Amino acid sequence: MAVNRMFRTCPTTGLKFHQPAEALIRWNAVVGVVFLLVGGILALLVTLTRWQAVHLLPPDMFYMVLTGHGLNMLVFWIIFFEIAVLYFAGSTLLGCRLATPKVAWAGFWLMVIGGLMNNYAVFIRGDSSVMFTSYAPMGAHWSFYLGLILFAVGALIACFVFFGTLAVGKAERTYNGSVPLVTFGAVTAAIIAVFTIASGAIILIPTFGWSIGMVPSIDSLMYRQIWWAFGHSSQQINVSAHVAVWYAVAAIVFGAKPMSEKVSRTAFLLYILFITLASAHHLLADPGLTSKWKILNTSYFLYLAVLASMVHGLTVPGSIEVAQRAKGFNRGLFEWLRKAPWGNPAFSGVFISLIGFGFLGGISGVILGTEQLNLIMHNTLYVPGHFHATVVLGTSLAFMAITYFLIPVLFRRELAFPGVAKWQPYVFGLGMAIFSLFMMGAGTLGVPRRHWDVSFSGNPLGFEFPGTAWLMIGLLAIGGLLAIVGGAMYLLVTVYSVFLGKKIETPGFQHVTAKAGMAAPAPAAAPLTGYGSSGHAASASGTFVLAMVFLVSFVLYYFINWKYLSTVWPLR
Amino acid sequence: MSAIQPPANRLWWKEPIERIEITWVLIAFVWSMVLFFMMPYWHVFGSQNLANEAYKNTPEKFTAKTQEMVDKYKVREETGLNDQKIPVVHPPAGGDVYLIARLWQWWPILELEAGQTYRLHLMSMDWLHGFSLQPENINIEVHPNYEHVLTVQPTKAGTYSIICNEYCGLNHHTMASRLFVTEKK
Ligand code: HEM
Ligand SMILES: [Cu+2]
Ligand SMILES: [Cu+2]
Repeated sequence: MAVNRMFRTCPTTGLKFHQPAEALIRWNAVVGVVFLLVGGILALLVTLTRWQAVHLLPPDMFYMVLTGHGLNMLVFWIIFFEIAVLYFAGSTLLGCRLATPKVAWAGFWLMVIGGLMNNYAVFIRGDSSVMFTSYAPMGAHWSFYLGLILFAVGALIACFVFFGTLAVGKAERTYNGSVPLVTFGAVTAAIIAVFTIASGAIILIPTFGWSIGMVPSIDSLMYRQIWWAFGHSSQQINVSAHVAVWYAVAAIVFGAKPMSEKVSRTAFLLYILFITLASAHHLLADPGLTSKWKILNTSYFLYLAVLASMVHGLTVPGSIEVAQRAKGFNRGLFEWLRKAPWGNPAFSGVFISLIGFGFLGGISGVILGTEQLNLIMHNTLYVPGHFHATVVLGTSLAFMAITYFLIPVLFRRELAFPGVAKWQPYVFGLGMAIFSLFMMGAGTLGVPRRHWDVSFSGNPLGFEFPGTAWLMIGLLAIGGLLAIVGGAMYLLVTVYSVFLGKKIETPGFQHVTAKAGMAAPAPAAAPLTGYGSSGHAASASGTFVLAMVFLVSFVLYYFINWKYLSTVWPLR
Repeated sequence: MSAIQPPANRLWWKEPIERIEITWVLIAFVWSMVLFFMMPYWHVFGSQNLANEAYKNTPEKFTAKTQEMVDKYKVREETGLNDQKIPVVHPPAGGDVYLIARLWQWWPILELEAGQTYRLHLMSMDWLHGFSLQPENINIEVHPNYEHVLTVQPTKAGTYSIICNEYCGLNHHTMASRLFVTEKK
């Protein structure tokens, strides 16, 4: 078998890049960033319309642009970048060749065509303003669904190329023992992706058939149930992927070792085991489903997936703390944190992502996912408030952070505008935090999501929201604009660096063409010396204190919402 | 080794877990159990729980039922968007009341009495809609072909609004109506 053995070793990190994998990682990341740019422009238009002091777009344009924003961001940007992460965690971290690069390229092009076709339906045809959820029986043009299906098939192919790569690494013994934790996280993401895409196919293919008149009708409840098996599980892909990125950056910046491989890996496993029926928490306010079904499934069977996130929330900063203390930053509870490299955007981005995801995204997600509490939040601005904290502040910011590491390593370019890069995570993070927080505030006051005019102007039966709600809408818009500035900073730095940045030339840099993919045969298992993966037992006390602060906020906020619920009309 | 390299200890699953870590896992687990048990707890001791009662139905049948209620209990009319006249009904306390959701209107307007219990039937005639009662902030998804029956008890007299908070097309934002609650008679 002809085996492509084109590798290069990165002179700064020692990582081994397989050339076809490298090209695929680059292209997936670049295309992802292009979609981020498109989605970002749309975010600006959406924000300036919802800020009713400006009220930029007319309603038809607003709903169209909102549909496009959701799709380009949540589907195309995130998933393209995730495929890049998969190939990196597979081929590069294992030092092994990518399985079937040709097939991987086929997947890539399917995704590109799918993304373009979907945007064609939304913006050029203009008859598919159905939001990214496209709830039947509201219908879009067939090319809307077909675009999504092609995209999903492409992503599925990428997952299988990733699995193939793992098999290659194992067979060719490019690494010893178990795969690295980051790769393990990527495996989690890919396994969930397969389940997710299967659900997507089950719902989108009949809906496509319906749009061309081959299927007579689509039941609205069945649609929501299966659509969310796809829509929610794909959020669990995002979580797995960005947690993997957190661990990766902790390892890259600090050389941090997982506190315990066993705990972290089990937590990843919980994501796979307990998310599969999670569509329930989008259906809490729907008729025709029993409370038993809702409770069992929203709780992901006893909230074990929430547990997993809480575990990662401790172990990632914990491993950083252990590494820092080992370097001598040992004074008090927090010297390790104060002396962290706050000027390195890869670190600050990941840290802000971690805090934002936990405090804003995680807690609000549990509130929304509680059967009865959902009643006072369902479809209000609280919902986009919650998921901008998870998928933007959490996932997108983590992806931005790791880009700062990848530009010199993968693209061999120096980071342009280092001053801008240094501030970018703060501007973006702060903006997004304000944005999400006030969206949740407005949602608590009942302001609906996906709504062009909450002033109901000219409508004699309209509702007048209180002044506080209007204040919050103004503040969320300002936060949103700040985040858009942060996003633009990211785009400036990355696009400029990748295309125009100063090339990094290393004397003696070479492509290794021979058997560089092969590691020496595995040595016999190392004897057990010292305990704990990090070997520094009980030294993450600062992190533990932070975790307790988190827990207390969580408990308080959780019960405040029950108190609020208890004041609304009795209902059964 | 770090998280981007294979575990140094090949038998990593045999390593003991650090005290801080295991403590946090246990605390988080207990909290997850609390999160779980609050839901059944509220079903038993709380008074805000969504009904499990729903039936398959057709728009024709549901409209007929609603029309019957309007014919019997209409008390006056209100003027909506574009000078549309919308009937206001005051059905007997304790009974069944019907509310139609359709593009882009709630029909009719209900007038209920505070402290009384009603069986509120909700159904859409076309696409999904979102029943959102303000400023109470009770939000319920309304489906076509599924009749959802909620047992509600308005607590305070006043004028409330029902807005639509599930995107339902171009005029989604115009879909707003009233709900009146009068003192108990
Ligand atoms: C600077 C950054 C961003 C700003 C200011 C922003 C702003 C907004 C606004 C104002 C809405 C409309 C909420 C509504 O009316 O219901 C929205 C919706 C949404 N955004 Fe963003 N966004 C940003 C970035 C992102 C990113 C990075 C993602 C995904 C990774 C994302 C995903 C979504 C989704 C899925 C929706 C919901 C669309 C729908 O309701 O169908 N956004 N965003
Ligand atoms: Cu509606
Ligand atoms: Cu609507």
